[in-house]
Amino acid sequence: MAMLEVKNLSISFGGLKAVDDFHVTIEKGQLYGLIGPNGAGKTTVFNLLTGVYKPDSGSIELDGVNITGRRTIDINQGGIARTFQNIRLFKELSVLDNVKVGLHNHHPYSTLEGIFRLPRYYKVEKEMNEKAMELLKVFDLDQESGYKASNLPYGKQRKLEIARALATDPKLLLLDEPAAGMNPNETKELMDTIRFVRDHFDMTILLIEHDMKLVSGICEKLTVLNFGQVLTEGETSDVLNDPQVITAYLGE
Amino acid sequence: MSFLSYFINGISLGSIYAIIALGYTMVYGIAKMLNFAHGDIIMVGAFTTFTVVSTHSGNPLVGILAAVLVCTVLGVTIERVAYRPLRGASPLAVLITAIGVSYLLQNVALLLFGSNSKQFTSVVNIPALKLAEGQLSISGVTMVTIASCIIIMIVLTTFINKTKMGQAMLAVSEDKGAATLMGIDVNRTIAVTFAIGSALAAIAGVLLCSAYPSLTPYTGSMPGIKAFVAAVFGGIGSIPGAMIGGIILGVIENLSKAYISSQLSDAIVFSVLIIVLLVRPTGILGKTIHEKV
Amino acid sequence: MKIKAKGVTNQTTIQNLITYAIVILFWVFIQIWSMAGQMTSLLNGLLVPICTYVILAVSLNLTVGILGELSLGHAGFMCVGAFSGAFFTKAMASVIPSVGLRFAIALLVGAAVAALFGFLIGIPVLRLKGDYLAIVTLAFGEIIKNLINVLYVGKDSRGLHLSIKDVASLNLEPEGEVIIKGAQGITGTPKASTFTVGILLVLLALFIILNLVNSRTGRAIMAIRDNRIAAESVGINITKYKLLAFTISASIAGVAGVLYSHNLSSLAATPKNFGYNMSIMILVFVVLGGIGNIRGSIIAAVILTALPELLRSLNNYRMLIYAIVLIVMMLFNSAPKAIAMRERLMERIKGGKGKGAA
Repeated sequence: MAMLEVKNLSISFGGLKAVDDFHVTIEKGQLYGLIGPNGAGKTTVFNLLTGVYKPDSGSIELDGVNITGRRTIDINQGGIARTFQNIRLFKELSVLDNVKVGLHNHHPYSTLEGIFRLPRYYKVEKEMNEKAMELLKVFDLDQESGYKASNLPYGKQRKLEIARALATDPKLLLLDEPAAGMNPNETKELMDTIRFVRDHFDMTILLIEHDMKLVSGICEKLTVLNFGQVLTEGETSDVLNDPQVITAYLGE
Repeated sequence: MSFLSYFINGISLGSIYAIIALGYTMVYGIAKMLNFAHGDIIMVGAFTTFTVVSTHSGNPLVGILAAVLVCTVLGVTIERVAYRPLRGASPLAVLITAIGVSYLLQNVALLLFGSNSKQFTSVVNIPALKLAEGQLSISGVTMVTIASCIIIMIVLTTFINKTKMGQAMLAVSEDKGAATLMGIDVNRTIAVTFAIGSALAAIAGVLLCSAYPSLTPYTGSMPGIKAFVAAVFGGIGSIPGAMIGGIILGVIENLSKAYISSQLSDAIVFSVLIIVLLVRPTGILGKTIHEKV
Repeated sequence: MKIKAKGVTNQTTIQNLITYAIVILFWVFIQIWSMAGQMTSLLNGLLVPICTYVILAVSLNLTVGILGELSLGHAGFMCVGAFSGAFFTKAMASVIPSVGLRFAIALLVGAAVAALFGFLIGIPVLRLKGDYLAIVTLAFGEIIKNLINVLYVGKDSRGLHLSIKDVASLNLEPEGEVIIKGAQGITGTPKASTFTVGILLVLLALFIILNLVNSRTGRAIMAIRDNRIAAESVGINITKYKLLAFTISASIAGVAGVLYSHNLSSLAATPKNFGYNMSIMILVFVVLGGIGNIRGSIIAAVILTALPELLRSLNNYRMLIYAIVLIVMMLFNSAPKAIAMRERLMERIKGGKGKGAA
């Protein structure tokens, strides 16, 4: 059974079909790329998958469960976590607390237990701290755990966003242009990190990216989106050599 | 007949709210800030007219002109000194500053004129219009107020649609960055917006005190809040919205004073606002903006 | 590496202890001062109001600083708390003779009723954003004040009677008692509020808010403040936590109201004590103390309440000075140019040691 199975997904905004009959099948443990020119509707697909937008039609199945039309928070609890094209961290919180917010639903205690500092507060907070530090270590952020998130350098902010998403213990991780704004060295490091995340957490990853080096370097399969429609899909090397794809990127 | 008379007085009060609301809505649309001190500009306008008319035993027209002049200069100065440095700061910081300006104006007026209310002499000397064999009487102030509101509305709409400055205002309200790239001087456009808004506040102040002649440093405060409610009600940023919002608010207020309870009229006005915002969170004529993810 | 994370937690604990210590020291100082016979009646009369305003400022900071929503109707919750608390104390006079016990229960009643109002108002209001939310909270505050002004409640052997017209329409028995008398409000509430009670309530409010902030719930609330969309994407229930923060904030304001009402023999809802001007005043405390900075709110509330009263000689100018201070502070603290200038200055002082952690 596929980890993610999307069929006939469509949405329009004011008559414009932003995503039209989109489909994708991603197997467990796959590193899958979603590419296409600017404005092709890639981020809209992410927003549909995570429930930010409700699709006009189509179905989304995650690990055999139909999650079409559910609320964002339910979809997250169902197992999809994401990062954002324009980084969205909890800026005023510490690096550690950013990850702890991600752990929120997996390490519960009540508000009253928190206010009156009952034993469970100390127990769960300790668990959270340990778990969060473990995650930060994976991304080499443990030294900065006490920093305010907004004080991190750009590349580390991107990493923190991934760490926070992983804290929610997802089955599928969506990365929206993870290499945007990075220099070639940082991108190379990021590729290693993404591979590591897949192997270490046994994660299925779908990513949007413009950097072809990254795409060809780590993605096993690709879907190309153009004007909201699937232009082509398949093995990475086949897709990137497809003349249709080259035309879509470079124009007629 | 009494219903009609309450209704017409409501439209008149609503016209004053509408004129004040125009200032709120233009400033909000263009500078994206809630100018809390706008209500107090009304009070400054009324005090200016009061002073000029009473000390120079003068012509009310001179008084009105003086009020418009003083308020315009004041509005532009406030924008330059207190608001412009905060462009790009958090909306909360701007709002608090505006609250500070509001306190400042009230307390300067308190020092200059004291807290006792002044008897404002109406600037309108037109006799009341008697209709239906004298059963329905429409006062001169009421007629002048409604007429002023209509004239202002027409002039303002023409100004915005037909002049270069008006177009610049529209451009700045849509997208400040793009407007700058198109060669529009954003600072100047915002300053002109404050000038127009404040001039309108001066006129509103004179009309308000002609209809309700007791003048104190706090005179502008409540009408200011209600006019803001009217602006939100009609859809903030929208000029026809401010008009419609103001007039509906005035009518509701007067009718509820007459038929329900004068103590509860404010509560009723505010309840209507809440209901409108819950049904249409952007007001009657407001645009819906989606947050980009 | 766990040491570092623990270090961060310890630091907040120390900061919180300092905050409690400041409040306790203030109490000790006032006790010594009054034992030394230095207390003027003016200063004495200020003590309970200071505690009231501190509680209000701290509770509003929960909404404005921690939740990140601008509320201009906080005085409304104070008003609800004041009237429900005072009403309880008056109505239960024959059932619970002990004033102290009645006052203690009244505090709970005020907190509960204000929380209920906060919850009910929060449901619609928190759907709105920014300035809209501000204006609607202002509207609710005014509505509450207006409604209380037309409310008549009386009590006789048959139970409670309610009217929004006048005393006569309550149809009380001859020996019945009018408890809430429209615009005249409630009179004859026992003066149960003392400075010590006030300080204890300040400490309680601090305990609740500081512990809340440093808990799972607090993190969720601040995450929503910093980035609603991201918070949603990691499974935080936005409505639940917004409502929770707003309700707790309202409830604590209600407690401040009860404290306030039991310090006055006559309680009426006027624009001065429960109108939007009061809400704005509380907001000013919060902003000048630093948005999100609980200790700052306390200090700002104490200074800004005491100073104008103590500077009676400047009576005519004090509100003017207040206004100017407010504008100058905002320009200095928030203007992008001023911030850039300060940063340059700081760097020069530091001698280019590099920007450290938060």
